[in-house]
Amino acid sequence: MIHGILGIWNYWIVIILMMTGLFIVISRHNLVKKMVGLTIFQTSVFLFYISLGKVQGGTAPILTGYKNTLYSNPLPHVLILTAIVVGVATTALGLALILRIKNEYGTIEENEIASFNTEENSK
Amino acid sequence: MAEFFINGFLVFLLAVIAIVAIQSIKVFSTVMLAGAYSLISAIIFVSLDAVDVAFTEAAVGAGLSTVLYIAAMKHLPKREKVVNDNTFFALVVCLVVGCLLVWASFDLPQIGDPMAPIHQHVGPYYITNTKTDMGIPNLVTGVLASYRGYDTLGETVVIFTAGLGVLLLLGDGRNNRDENE
Repeated sequence: MIHGILGIWNYWIVIILMMTGLFIVISRHNLVKKMVGLTIFQTSVFLFYISLGKVQGGTAPILTGYKNTLYSNPLPHVLILTAIVVGVATTALGLALILRIKNEYGTIEENEIASFNTEENSK
Repeated sequence: MAEFFINGFLVFLLAVIAIVAIQSIKVFSTVMLAGAYSLISAIIFVSLDAVDVAFTEAAVGAGLSTVLYIAAMKHLPKREKVVNDNTFFALVVCLVVGCLLVWASFDLPQIGDPMAPIHQHVGPYYITNTKTDMGIPNLVTGVLASYRGYDTLGETVVIFTAGLGVLLLLGDGRNNRDENE
């Protein structure tokens, strides 16, 4: 059994990765980079769930046929399987939106798009 | 202990990739780094006993979404225009939120603790009953397709909606020509 800091350090790694993703989303203006930031954020949440489901000394949740085998919790795995697939669906939708924005404005830099909009409003 | 060091190394790789992804101004290399990031997180999932999640992440997260990004990049500018006007604001927000989350992490159960609340509720039920209820050895498949089948139905609805959205946004190429004429 791991104790103390070793027992929760995975959470800290998750937090660092999550904040890296958030940093990209806030600080970059390029829309594709924002999508990548969201993906990094998302994967860190997956890592968090899977860490919660881990049982020390357990094995993958596939029945071995032996009695008294310790299995990791299958429920977070199921939830994250669903989340991964939904994540790709949202990525596809986001990229389609970015392509439309590129067609409409000729740029995918957020600040340039915002300046287009203010110009139109002031007219 | 060996497991701990392997995990530590992989996680270090993840952090390096994430930071290089921030730095790089070539959008294309950011996209490829995101693919590598997914692949390494798949290896971490294997070491955390989540084999089904690992191969889904490797196939869908690292494979399919990278393909989608590359397909989109064909029509998008390859370089980012660097404007660092809200880096400081972003840094402050991330540090504050990060510190709050680290503070909260002390209340979470130790990783791998068999007495953690998550392992007391429906998890043991799935483990003991999947064999008799469905007769398949893979617990994840049993839960995904049967015990929580409605979740999977919801997932397919989301994918259908997203697919419909992509079709409506991009069209099949004919509408664009009509607009140009």
